Amino acid sequence: MSATTAAKKKLSVPFDYDKYLRPGKLPHIWCPGCGHGIVLKSLLRAIDKSGLTKDEICMVSGIGCSSRTPGYVDFNTLHTLHGRALAYATGVKLAKPELNVIIVTGDGDALAIGGNHFIHTCRRNIDMTILVYSNFIYGMTGGQFSPTTPVGALSNTSRYGNIEPVFDCCDLAKASGATFVARGTAYHTLELERTLLAAIKHKGTSVVEIIDECPVYYGRNNKFKSVTQMMEDIEKNGTVSVKQADKLPPEKVQGKLLRGILHQVERPEYCEGYEKLIAKAQGKG
Amino acid sequence: MAGNKVKRLIQGNEACAEGALYAGCRFFGGYPITPSTEIAEILSVRLPRVGGKFIQMEDEIASIAAITGASLAGLKSLTATSGPGFSLKQEGIGYACLAEVPCVIVNVMRGGPSTGYPTGPSQSDVMQAKWGTHGDHPVVALVPSTVPEILSETVRAFNLAEEYRTPVFILYDEIVGHMREAVTLPEPGELEIIDRAKPTCAPEEYHPYDTNYDVPPLAAYGEGYRFHITGLNHREDGFPTNDSALIEEGIKRIIDKIEKNKDKILKNEEYLVDGADIVVFAFGSSARSARFAVNKAREKGIKAGLLKPLTLWPFPEETVRKAAKGAKAIIVPEMNLGQIIYEVERCAKGVEVAGINRVDGEPINPAQILEAIEKFS
Repeated sequence: MSATTAAKKKLSVPFDYDKYLRPGKLPHIWCPGCGHGIVLKSLLRAIDKSGLTKDEICMVSGIGCSSRTPGYVDFNTLHTLHGRALAYATGVKLAKPELNVIIVTGDGDALAIGGNHFIHTCRRNIDMTILVYSNFIYGMTGGQFSPTTPVGALSNTSRYGNIEPVFDCCDLAKASGATFVARGTAYHTLELERTLLAAIKHKGTSVVEIIDECPVYYGRNNKFKSVTQMMEDIEKNGTVSVKQADKLPPEKVQGKLLRGILHQVERPEYCEGYEKLIAKAQGKG
Repeated sequence: MAGNKVKRLIQGNEACAEGALYAGCRFFGGYPITPSTEIAEILSVRLPRVGGKFIQMEDEIASIAAITGASLAGLKSLTATSGPGFSLKQEGIGYACLAEVPCVIVNVMRGGPSTGYPTGPSQSDVMQAKWGTHGDHPVVALVPSTVPEILSETVRAFNLAEEYRTPVFILYDEIVGHMREAVTLPEPGELEIIDRAKPTCAPEEYHPYDTNYDVPPLAAYGEGYRFHITGLNHREDGFPTNDSALIEEGIKRIIDKIEKNKDKILKNEEYLVDGADIVVFAFGSSARSARFAVNKAREKGIKAGLLKPLTLWPFPEETVRKAAKGAKAIIVPEMNLGQIIYEVERCAKGVEVAGINRVDGEPINPAQILEAIEKFS
């Protein structure tokens, strides 16, 4: 059997998403064309490959469209306050380090109102996986610009074009001390699945920025004709794989966001550090 | 020496830490703030010795969030703060009220508003404790006035939080927080310790807001009950709802679980209140001055008494009503410009109610209270 045939065969086996979805909780609240459902599918496949049981996973979110994810999935789930998911998650993780904590948050939730928690969680290097769904807009409140809205882009609070520079979520995570930093998209679903699996397996704070599309608020405001056009824009104009970037001429890379694992290092993890502290306090260290 | 009991001269904030450990607190999340910081400092040393966790979070908001998360993972959790931090924590307090997550929040009250007078005492957060977070919600607040009381009330705060699945406040002013008094540390088993009810049903049958209970059992994350918690109005299974009947039912239940059990939650100390002409209603360090003034008044032949609440919220309505019957006046000394006096007035209709107030960072002294007692006698 050739490699191609093997790959085809693998793909042909339907993945049982229902195993991880709570019965009776669908349909979800996401608009037609939203990328969040696609990302969820990649995430569930990654979780399945990780070998973690549903009881071992605690999914925590803040407020926003992506933050509704925990309501649909059959894990220990916690839907918290706007911006505060990481602080709640830190409490859960430190109290029960054996739980595998995955945080689902958005560009506004993580990088604006939750910015302080974001940088300090990365600094602590506590073993959690942070998924930042970045669709360049506040969707839940109806389309206001966010810290990842491109300069010049239109939103319901930037009718003359956004004048605020963007946060590069991955640069911010790396600079703050996260030991695993990656980027994926809702277009490159298999690549995203691999990236998320690596992020979950990584010991320490993992941050994965996921570029996805909000056709209703970002798309309509910025003259995208269709969801397909938005997806193609992510693929062709928006991003380039970190593996290919070195081989491409600079003009093909400039202005694009890199996809894949951008940064991975080892550094003492917070909960393990705390266990050592306990041993020391008890005179065993 | 009777028994082997340890008597120690300790500070109010230290008594709070001792009480927390005694009650089984195993998680503290906090942020440095005067005049509560000693609680964090002590617990940073003591918690890991008993296998507990201490974390200094990046801000006050993160602290209330972290203790809520830790509580959902099964640990009895505490945070300690003062006015500015209490303001910042309000949204998270509302979350814990609605999501029904047991936790204890200490507010060592200092002068405000804003940064105010960080090292000066105050009692000006008592109404914020009641109404600080948005929406209708239950409130339980304890107000110790001595160092031994801080210890026992901290234990009681954890017990109430666990029993009623709700945040509980401990409010005391900087004077009591930094005062040193002799405290006999309770021996194991001496004080009752309550742990939250856990579900006994099968995981698939578990509803975190089961309406068959006033206070539904609370599972912990990672124990096989894969439940959902949200700050949205929710159904009994924990998932969000827009059903107006269920929304109202849910809010009423979290308030009723406290209202229905007021008799068990309220605690007062009555000192010479029976047949008193003048009743002083005072809490925290003001109650200490009030007791002194009441004794002085009695020496002068004035029938004065002290009604000292240890539970301020829910408000001891019946106790105030009873004390007001036959009294000529009720005097309410408080280190603010008049907050709890309105609650007293509400319950003591037809009786003269007079406040003694100061916000200069100095305690209300006995002479001020005695003067008022004499005036109304």
